[in-house]
Amino acid sequence: MSHWPLLSLVTFLPLVGVGFIMTARGDDASVARNARNIALSTSLIVFALSLALWVLFDPSTADFQFVEKTRWITIGGFTINYHMGIDGISLFFVLLSTLLTVLCVGASWTNVHAQIREYMISFLVLETMMVGIFSSLDFVQFYVFFEGVLIPMFLIIGIWGGPRRVYAAFKFFLYTLLGSVLSLLAILGVYFQTGSTDITVALAHNFPPDLQKWLWLAFFASFAVKVPMWPVHTWLPDAHVEAPTAGSVILAGVLLKMGGYGFIRFSLPMFPLASSYFTPLMFALSAIAVIYTSFVALAQTDMKKLIAYSSIAHMGFVTMGLFALTSEAVQGAVIQMLSHGLVSAALFLIVGVVYDRLHTRDIDRYGGLADRMPAYGFVFMCMMLASVGLPGTSGFVGEFLVLLGTFRVSTLECFLAATALFLGAMYMLYLYRRVVFGTITRDDLRGMFDLNLREKAIFAPLLILVLWMGIYPNSFLTPIRASVEHLVQRAHAAQQAAANPFVIPAKAGIHSAAVRAPDEWVPAFAEMTARKGG
Amino acid sequence: MPVVPFPDLSPALPEIALAGAAMALLLIGVFRGEGSTRLVSWLAVAALIGTFVLAGLVEGEHRVIGFYGLFVTDAFAVFVKALVLVGSAVAIILALNYNDEHQIARFEFPVLVLLATTGMMIMVSANDLITLYLGLEMQSLALYVVASFDRDSVRSTEAGLKYFVLGALASGMLLYGASLIYGFAGTTSFTGLARLFGAAAPPSTGLIIGLVFVAVGLAFKVSAVPFHMWTPDVYEGAPTPVSAFFSVAPKIAAIALFVRFLIEPFGGLAVEWRQIIVFLSVASMILGAVAAIAQINIKRLMAYSSIGHVGYALIGLAAATPNGIRGVLVYLAIYLFMNLGTWTVILCMRQKGQMLEGIADLSGLGRTQPGLALALGIFMFALAGIPPTAGFFGKLYIFLAAIDAHLVGLAVIGVVTSVVGAFYYLRIVKVMYFDEPLVAFDRPIATELKCVLLVTVLLTMFFILLPDPIVGGAEAAAASLFLR
Repeated sequence: MSHWPLLSLVTFLPLVGVGFIMTARGDDASVARNARNIALSTSLIVFALSLALWVLFDPSTADFQFVEKTRWITIGGFTINYHMGIDGISLFFVLLSTLLTVLCVGASWTNVHAQIREYMISFLVLETMMVGIFSSLDFVQFYVFFEGVLIPMFLIIGIWGGPRRVYAAFKFFLYTLLGSVLSLLAILGVYFQTGSTDITVALAHNFPPDLQKWLWLAFFASFAVKVPMWPVHTWLPDAHVEAPTAGSVILAGVLLKMGGYGFIRFSLPMFPLASSYFTPLMFALSAIAVIYTSFVALAQTDMKKLIAYSSIAHMGFVTMGLFALTSEAVQGAVIQMLSHGLVSAALFLIVGVVYDRLHTRDIDRYGGLADRMPAYGFVFMCMMLASVGLPGTSGFVGEFLVLLGTFRVSTLECFLAATALFLGAMYMLYLYRRVVFGTITRDDLRGMFDLNLREKAIFAPLLILVLWMGIYPNSFLTPIRASVEHLVQRAHAAQQAAANPFVIPAKAGIHSAAVRAPDEWVPAFAEMTARKGG
Repeated sequence: MPVVPFPDLSPALPEIALAGAAMALLLIGVFRGEGSTRLVSWLAVAALIGTFVLAGLVEGEHRVIGFYGLFVTDAFAVFVKALVLVGSAVAIILALNYNDEHQIARFEFPVLVLLATTGMMIMVSANDLITLYLGLEMQSLALYVVASFDRDSVRSTEAGLKYFVLGALASGMLLYGASLIYGFAGTTSFTGLARLFGAAAPPSTGLIIGLVFVAVGLAFKVSAVPFHMWTPDVYEGAPTPVSAFFSVAPKIAAIALFVRFLIEPFGGLAVEWRQIIVFLSVASMILGAVAAIAQINIKRLMAYSSIGHVGYALIGLAAATPNGIRGVLVYLAIYLFMNLGTWTVILCMRQKGQMLEGIADLSGLGRTQPGLALALGIFMFALAGIPPTAGFFGKLYIFLAAIDAHLVGLAVIGVVTSVVGAFYYLRIVKVMYFDEPLVAFDRPIATELKCVLLVTVLLTMFFILLPDPIVGGAEAAAASLFLR
């Protein structure tokens, strides 16, 4: 397969679809029909190709796979390569991006009326950017995708969004731009340290401790806004509320993951000393995010806003897990990101379903939907429980691993985060009760019809994946494992090398426990509780 | 009595050819009368293209000094001349229809542009304070006339007058500075000055003051804050193709002159002048970003935008390294085509034969004229420096140089102001795509404008695929300045 530039195909095939859509001529109706069909078929082909990535992926190595490398800018000392490749961490983010694009195209089949051609073009461009982010192995190339993603998203929110779309689009764009331009400077700083913009070179480089802190902070500015972490999260509720349904899906499903991915790809492996130095800060911000936004979510009257705040809380789990920097916690964080990508995407689609019918997201306007929409109620229930983290769903695996891994590092942090499980159950169950249960009091609700075939087809893969990930997580953990363990080992080794020699034995104790294979996590938990008891 | 050897004219061949062409075209215009404007314009474009070829053919690899050391041709000069020639040629093309429709189609226009361009080329090749002044004045005098070319319009004449008065003041300061430099250094030659600062002896205060005065004069010409006041008024008042011209060719030439003046003769004094450039740069970036927010006239907006862009280009100069100058040149090249493209779209903003200049007039352009809106959208994202457009790479090379030269603070200010600046570029995208259509622009768009648009859009959008030619040219050009 090495002869096939599979990753490039997955990345740039959507642009071919864009080219086809642009050539569509005729009256508005036929252009719209063609645009939809081309977008759907393109995204399906891309998704199928990305599945091939998963099939052909070799889970036994932490190295980058499907690597493609050609010269891009060759002038002078500043050589930039076109360098693609994925490892276990990025594999599933690529898949998540391609899957959600298909679902977004499907979800926008009937509810977008204006400028459908431009709409579909935006989503396909967005797909290229998203896949590009997760498979870039060159800093400049990564940055091009990372910032380029803002353009289509800005247009999606601004053109097809709700009443306050202009405000939301500007806030989204400027907020995230401010973060990412600082990371551009950090990227240049890395270049002058390593003499290359190659990410693989930077990953193997040992940065001096003081510089690490500065570069870490610059990257932090960028990724914290993307995640988003408290207190730079305020763009998210606005963007979510105003974005069209499919826009929210991509925003919650993939764009938020860019922040977490950035931490795990750059901050942790490249700046391990700074990461450990700033861990208390990350823990504090994560704990605040988890608890504070959970309470805020509880008070929301707009469904999308509630889910938006719950996203911030869930991403707080992710940042906490990442910076706990134990093998379990980091794997848990990756799984949590994937799970949240599926679950929050599904929840936004669920809101979109009723919004299409009633054109309101006000929780009070609903109630008793279970009577009229049983299938809808079932899907909603599964996703709501997955969001809460019920065992058997994907949410449980991620949260459990994160808590387990964090417990080794900080009991207090683990305790604070665990309160959010309880709060999360509160606001999600409360939402579900108000929307789905109860009696129908309004006439317009009586006329609601259940999920149609198209909607069922959109929810089916999400439902299957959420349960698959919850019941047999090893399918997903296996490819992730090698890369995460490599990362954690390297980070710990660097931290030990820099640490006081007297501390090494204690650290080593944590270290050896931390690199335990994750399929042993249940025994590990048992052992840990036994140790506590003893 | 010894006979002075005849100077070697070959380094100045392009300038001589262009000046000759300008005079020939003047004759054609005079003899054939007013009806010859179109012919003269196209011939002027042909002359610019011919000069472009000639400039490329003339030895650019090596540094050639002619005219008893007054004039220099090197890769740097060739690179900048190419940009200036492209800018001038496009400006003449843009003016064709505009001048017709506003009844100001006179054959003097292309001739004046040619003469101004000759001045710019001399500026770029200056190797002596006298040449510097000669080129600058030749350029400026032609530009004063061009600014007020719409002589029956109050705004246009006002623009010309303002430009003239402030430009003359700047020239005066520059000349005063030059005389101070001569007085304290005893030479006007760049080569001689450079030799002077090669020695370890500290420079005299008078010399520094002279340097500051020249820098102030040049800052006027590049419209760096706080010497920018004329820019918005002139851009707004001058006929639109002239504003387009002003925003590229003279600006590029002046920045190039600034670069050569500070790097070649005064490279040894980088510590002294760096603070001036840093201040100009920071002030320009901040003002360019903040003052543009409140604008409702797109020509004024572009004026503030160009002030901001000068600020970014000056970051590279502040670095004073080959990397920095490469950054400046890449930035100027990219700025040239994204700016020309934007001005072309502004020229397309006309309703029933009248030019529109309000930003609000662009409302709903995304629906009424998707192609034009897409083009302007791309230019706006490019001016804001968002990848994957070319504008990003301009900023990338600039910030690269800044980090390299340990000007981290300057780089941080640069990126932060670029976020502020992104706001007003995005506002235009917002007006075009998020708002309801108000007015429909006249159709069809003239063929020349369409061609210019197409080329500039392609260059802006697909620079990312093949950046090597421009970056490579800039690299060689920058290196040629540091050959001493």
